[in-house]
Amino acid sequence: MKSNKFKRWFSENTQLLIPVIAILALVIFNLIRDPGFFSITLTVNNDGNQVLTGNLISILNGASELAILAMGMTLVTAAAGGQDISVGAAAAIAGSVFVKILKGAASITPWTLIFAFLACCAVAMIFGAFNGTLVSVFNIQPMIATLILYTCGRSIAYWINGGATPTVTSPLLKALGGYIPGVPVPTPIFIVIIVAILFALVFRFTTLSTYIQAVGINQKAARLNGINPIGMKLLSFVILAVCVAIAGCISVGRLGLINHETLLLDIEMDAILAVAIGGNALGGGKFKLSGSILGAYTIQALTITLYAMKVPSVSVKAYKAIVIIVLVVIGSPVVKSAASRLWAKIKGHGSLQKEVAKV
Amino acid sequence: MNRQARTLRRKEPLTDTQLLLTITICIFFAMYIAAMAIWGGGFLRPQQLFDMLNNNASLIICACALTIVMIGGGIDISVGGLTALVVMSCVVFLDDFGGNIFTAVLLSMGIGLAFGCVHGLLISYLEIQPFIVTLAGMFFARGMTTIVSIDPRTAEHAGFLLLKKTRLEIPWLGYIVKKTGKLIPAKIEIGVIVALVIVLIVFFMLKKTRFGRNLYAIGGNSQSALMLGVNVKRTRFLSYLISGLLSGIAGFVYLMHTGAANATVAAGAEMNAIASSIIGGTLLTGGVGNVIGTLFGVLTLTTIKSIVVTSGLRDPWWQTITTGAMLCFFILLQSVVLSNRGKFKLSDLFRKKKTDVILEKN
Repeated sequence: MKSNKFKRWFSENTQLLIPVIAILALVIFNLIRDPGFFSITLTVNNDGNQVLTGNLISILNGASELAILAMGMTLVTAAAGGQDISVGAAAAIAGSVFVKILKGAASITPWTLIFAFLACCAVAMIFGAFNGTLVSVFNIQPMIATLILYTCGRSIAYWINGGATPTVTSPLLKALGGYIPGVPVPTPIFIVIIVAILFALVFRFTTLSTYIQAVGINQKAARLNGINPIGMKLLSFVILAVCVAIAGCISVGRLGLINHETLLLDIEMDAILAVAIGGNALGGGKFKLSGSILGAYTIQALTITLYAMKVPSVSVKAYKAIVIIVLVVIGSPVVKSAASRLWAKIKGHGSLQKEVAKV
Repeated sequence: MNRQARTLRRKEPLTDTQLLLTITICIFFAMYIAAMAIWGGGFLRPQQLFDMLNNNASLIICACALTIVMIGGGIDISVGGLTALVVMSCVVFLDDFGGNIFTAVLLSMGIGLAFGCVHGLLISYLEIQPFIVTLAGMFFARGMTTIVSIDPRTAEHAGFLLLKKTRLEIPWLGYIVKKTGKLIPAKIEIGVIVALVIVLIVFFMLKKTRFGRNLYAIGGNSQSALMLGVNVKRTRFLSYLISGLLSGIAGFVYLMHTGAANATVAAGAEMNAIASSIIGGTLLTGGVGNVIGTLFGVLTLTTIKSIVVTSGLRDPWWQTITTGAMLCFFILLQSVVLSNRGKFKLSDLFRKKKTDVILEKN
């Protein structure tokens, strides 16, 4: 009975196999290379806080924005069968609005911070709704529809800033992107956990997840079953926009300034990769949020490993590409079916030999 | 052809490809003529058009590569990275390893073919998502560019510099500077000629060869193409191979234009190329597209940018914001036109409605 349950659990979660194996391989590789790789030490940072430092913390901390974006991207991928490539540009816009409001405020209190966050959420949601309308109402491929914002998003952010890269200094903002005084764990890690719990609660208590999967698997069938595909697609883009706003605010908090050119540069590609490594079909349909989160941490772990191996930051991409290709080749349907055929052959051969031995 | 056949032929409706192509060409000419009428000056000189081509020769080749892949229903976002890798490799090869121009061209084509071959194998034979494979290709090419040389380089090979300086001069299209009375002939770079020849070759390849027809078939519906006996996998593989080869050539053409290499060469070229293809009437869903339209797509994008600069919006953000708005306009136009195909005919405007005729009779 127990093994049956385990079997069912295993068959439901086979798509998590590849990111888990990848993370384990990275962990083992790092432990062999440098046994102290994952050691965590307590040090005092510039602000006089007791903080935890170490590669493990920098992996968990550095992947925060990516993990949040990957969660939103998973929903869009599942519902619309395509990806949003404008998340980096939209995050730059959201960050610009966030900084503009903070600059405009007389003094930065928690309430201004919340108001600024809500405002940048609203702006991001407007842009998300724009993308979503193009995709759902006009039936344009998501990648093409979001190409518009990808092209001009960073320029809009530049325009909002008025052609400058303003800086904001505030202990509250530092707490958002760095450490809350007295807490040794970086705040972005908590934000990821909160977002993940929110998603889990929404999926647990609403039909959102089922509806999105139904729209992604077969739009017409979903429509005949009373689900509004246009609404679902639009909703998934708006949810992604909220994720984008959160990621943009974290990123601004980290640096204390908004640079429209470099804020979350190329993050859209990494977010799509995280979704793919997590075993979610890029053509839409079924999805697992946990896969995408694991995928995001896999990518960050890989990056940190390469940095630790003294690879220059501009060349990291080349090694990343090799690992990505290896992962997707292992996960490709052709290789999978060939492997299962081979496995069946080995198994069949073994049982045949046993039978022969019996005789 | 006898008259009957001709009338039969005339009755054939426009295909989607032809319709989108016509729209693009009309809009490009309308825009250019409007610019001539409103701002005059530079737009009246043929050199303006040639400069657009000179600056965008490599983009035209990249866009051709993307058009081929997109007609087959795929996507290749590695073209920009590949261009950068080829530019850097050629500079290092020419300056440090004493290569000559011929071998440098071979090297650039070889790099392109190698990437195209790997992409094609992974996408068509292992059935991996084209977006992910070419994304990895882009990462690899960009990373390799910095591994080949992390410092910016400038080509110093004597023969190459001679080739770079060579211009095709057309005196009768030139203009006379009023102050000195000197005639400045129109100048065209060699890269433009290469690009235009490639556009023509690709045009005939798509129209006349078996590969071209197969490509439209698998892009339209790969399942029915398979049923009709088209070798879907090989066609898809070939499309990525050609895309890689063209990206390699685009890299060399880029080098002939700038003569300098660094890690940010052709940044964002893949998205510009995709945008040009879309404006030119290629659909990402596959099966619809034309390489002549792509050429006009590149020209349209460039014209918009120069109009923005001429009209006095000099802040750096306006160029890209208008590009985005224009892209939005074209994408919406295509979507509306294609979804209303068959529902609405132009001739209906001139013909009286049936109900009106009946009413008149009564």
